[in-house]
Amino acid sequence: MIYAMCFLLFLIGLYGATCKKNIVKIILGLVIMEYAVNLFLILLGWRTNGQAPIMSQQTDLPAFTATAVDPIPQALVLTSIVIGLGILSLMVAIAIRLYERYGTFDITEMRRLKG
Amino acid sequence: MSLVVQTVTRWLKGFIFLYGVYVILYGHLSPGGGFAGGVIVASTFILLTLSFGRERALGKLGKLMASELDSFGALLFLLIAVLGTAIGGTFFLNFIEKNWPTGNFHLFSAGIIPLCNIAIGIKVAASLFMIFIILAVIRVQEVRGKRKLITTEKRRKER
Amino acid sequence: MVELLVGVFLLFMIIGALIALETTDLLSAVISMGAVGAALSICFLLVGAPDIAITQMVVEVLSLVILIRATIRRDLTTIEGDRDFFGLMATLAMICGLLIFGFSAFLRLPPFGSPAMSQSFQAPARQYLNCGLKETGAANIVAAVILDYRGYDTLGEATVLFTSILGALAILRVYSRKKKQ
Repeated sequence: MIYAMCFLLFLIGLYGATCKKNIVKIILGLVIMEYAVNLFLILLGWRTNGQAPIMSQQTDLPAFTATAVDPIPQALVLTSIVIGLGILSLMVAIAIRLYERYGTFDITEMRRLKG
Repeated sequence: MSLVVQTVTRWLKGFIFLYGVYVILYGHLSPGGGFAGGVIVASTFILLTLSFGRERALGKLGKLMASELDSFGALLFLLIAVLGTAIGGTFFLNFIEKNWPTGNFHLFSAGIIPLCNIAIGIKVAASLFMIFIILAVIRVQEVRGKRKLITTEKRRKER
Repeated sequence: MVELLVGVFLLFMIIGALIALETTDLLSAVISMGAVGAALSICFLLVGAPDIAITQMVVEVLSLVILIRATIRRDLTTIEGDRDFFGLMATLAMICGLLIFGFSAFLRLPPFGSPAMSQSFQAPARQYLNCGLKETGAANIVAAVILDYRGYDTLGEATVLFTSILGALAILRVYSRKKKQ
């Protein structure tokens, strides 16, 4: 059920990226898709009554291994979040250039005003 | 920006920078690491830019210096990885931990992990500062009927 | 308990995302995205990922600042309506089909509570949790994974970040013409 709600968030982002006319709304749709995918990956690694995968001097190893959450999806998502920031800066740079060229953020206008 | 924002920025910027450096350095003992710490260090300079204007922030860390720090961080990360090959035999080997192991839960433990965190932190901080400065000086202006992208920086040398 | 809380925050995020996409004011849209990101960071904290929660919160603040700084000053007018009606209906029909497909596909995953990637006892995650402190010396297992066991992926990610920032700077370069006279 939780996974299906994550997928619903992803599809809302997809709707924003395909059905909207404003460039900023398209960018927001892509960011929502990225949030949904990161949340889905982290939720895959949850163990019931789990602890964060950080040891201290008082933890004993077998109890830690039995109750810690999965650390591999967290490594994947850490990479993905930082790359998402780079992608956002690139998209915003392209949007600024498009505004300079066409004077509007509306993508249907951008096909008519040529030259 | 108003006087309240400027005064609070003047007091807080040292603490934010110190917190970012703490998150980078203790990345192997508590949550955080190079990426989060690097973004926090960059937000110090972004706070300066938003409160005082970009000249003050560029006075602290110029654009050329930021670009060089960015490349330096990336090259340092690559150098640590290649040193693993040179000393140990496999790419990205934790050669410090294998040859000279220290105790756990200290600041100087875990081999190359703190060094990699520092390299990544420098790189991410410099990159994000550069991106924000460019976005702050770029403006679209109407010049003789056409739109043009201009930079609102003052020229250093007047011709 | 955790499942209920995560469900509530997910509902909040879905409503926030819908508001962000449907509202006609650009500033409200970007601020709603900020709310979605904050709820996401709290979800990460509830599910036992404090590392990711810190990174997500800080990156989301920075992305909000970049979005507001770069786009809100320029075009404050709103744009009515969506694309043409037939395209909109076709896309919505496809999205509903994907949603039904997704419901039936996600029922086959392990239930929420048992990690899907470490079901067997030889899974890499158990190996990393068992031998992480001994082999790498780091108390933070996630840091050990991204910088020791999977260091090559971090190198690739540093390269991607470098290239994307370089691309953004190259796009926004302004050429000033030198006067020849």
